[in-house]
Amino acid sequence: MKLLEVKGLKAFYRQTQALFGVDFELEEGSITTILGANGAGKTTTLRSISRMVRTEGEIKFDGQDITGLSTEKVAALGIAHVPEGRGTFVRQSVEENLQLGAYTRKSKNEVAKDIERVYTYFPRLMERRQQQAGTLSGGEQQMLAIGRALMLRPRLMLLDEPSFGLAPLIVQEIYEIMARIRDQEKASMLLVEQNANIALNLADQAYLLETGNVVMSGESEILRNDENVRKVYLGY
Amino acid sequence: MDLFLQLTLAGLAIGSVYACVALAVVMIYQATDHFNFAQGEMAMFSTFVAWALYQTTGSIWLSFLIAVALSFIAGIIIERVIVKPVENAPIFNQIIVFIGLLMIFNNLAGWFWEHTTKTLPSLFPEHGIDSTLISTHNLGVILFTLLILGITFCFFKFTKVGLAMRAAAANPDSARLVGVSVGWMLALGWGLASAIGAIGGVLVAPIVFLEPNMMSGVLLYGFAGALLGGVNSPGGAVAGGLMVGVLENWARQYVPGGSELGLTFALVLIVGVLMFKPAGLFGRVIIKRV
Repeated sequence: MKLLEVKGLKAFYRQTQALFGVDFELEEGSITTILGANGAGKTTTLRSISRMVRTEGEIKFDGQDITGLSTEKVAALGIAHVPEGRGTFVRQSVEENLQLGAYTRKSKNEVAKDIERVYTYFPRLMERRQQQAGTLSGGEQQMLAIGRALMLRPRLMLLDEPSFGLAPLIVQEIYEIMARIRDQEKASMLLVEQNANIALNLADQAYLLETGNVVMSGESEILRNDENVRKVYLGY
Repeated sequence: MDLFLQLTLAGLAIGSVYACVALAVVMIYQATDHFNFAQGEMAMFSTFVAWALYQTTGSIWLSFLIAVALSFIAGIIIERVIVKPVENAPIFNQIIVFIGLLMIFNNLAGWFWEHTTKTLPSLFPEHGIDSTLISTHNLGVILFTLLILGITFCFFKFTKVGLAMRAAAANPDSARLVGVSVGWMLALGWGLASAIGAIGGVLVAPIVFLEPNMMSGVLLYGFAGALLGGVNSPGGAVAGGLMVGVLENWARQYVPGGSELGLTFALVLIVGVLMFKPAGLFGRVIIKRV
């Protein structure tokens, strides 16, 4: 079943147009990645879904048009956005950050259980549960951002460059955990990355974005083996 | 020694009121990065409302509670109707709106209730304790303020809405992404600030007399307290308000000619803090990347 369908998506920052008619879709339970260089419109695509930027065109989540909703209503539908820059609540504790992730949920019991479940994915967060989140390292803050998204019990996770600014070993660790989350939570993810190599490893479907247009799409395997993609984005 | 203790305790009492105003100012500042210059006049108006209710009900506690509840609702409405439309306007426009609010409340109060001073009775009994060091009213003010501040602290620290309000103030974008309605959190913040201001107004009215300009001095001391404690630290603002109250009382007694220098003292303190310790005693230095 198609969880997300985007057709003819255009996005604008004041007068400046950032997306020029982007089409893509995402199957429930799968991972789709959007690749591209700096400024290609990857972050804007995610911000369009979360209604943080003015758009034209169609965005359907689970068959429902969401372009008329506010950002907080989109979150309440079960779309958890791990934003560029990680969106850490720096003065709040690690645990308070996780509680905020569950803001739309009612049952205190289930939220408490889910916090423990997030700690099983990220034991390092458990060690630091009472610490101010702003004092965490970059990798730990990325883990916290993913954990916060999980707290929503999301139907769809939007992940904006989880590898950004992190050491290769940490990136690997985080991607391994994301694979575990996919397997255990049956989570659907829309993953935006500059690091094409690691994203293609995880994703089922891939789209290549250049200056606000989709220039190529298909199964991850197909993009990985394309000579052009290999030279420009994979670097070998 | 008795005089010194008397001065200090009376200073803590008036300082409690400054602390309420400072806390109200800091709550709005944290959420919006602006000082609400109308905070004092809003508190004054709330106090008049309590006085008007007292004229009909005859019960000061009932009037007080209704006035605080009305102030809470009014704060929310003011944010939604007047402040929200200019939320993305240049800073100058926003300041004009705050000053406009100040004038509106000041003039409305003068129009409704005239400029003659009124007396509002104390919330606390006249002969409660038998002490030469502190009056019952002052003791009541100190204890009651501590109670209110404690409740406020617990609300922000331990409730879901309190946590969401802190998150919305600190990182609005991220708060929206987890489903917090940031606009309503701001409105709620205005409501709470307005209610806390009303409490401060009713507590101070028996000391300064009720008239449309009664809060102008209190607001200035409240600002001084907020700056001294640190404008991004609610706890600091409370401590700053208490300190200003005590320092003011000492200065009045021990500095030659000090009794004439009340407001000058507040201004010197404001300028001094801004010059030498702009982050305040308990605030954090915020470095903005440009």
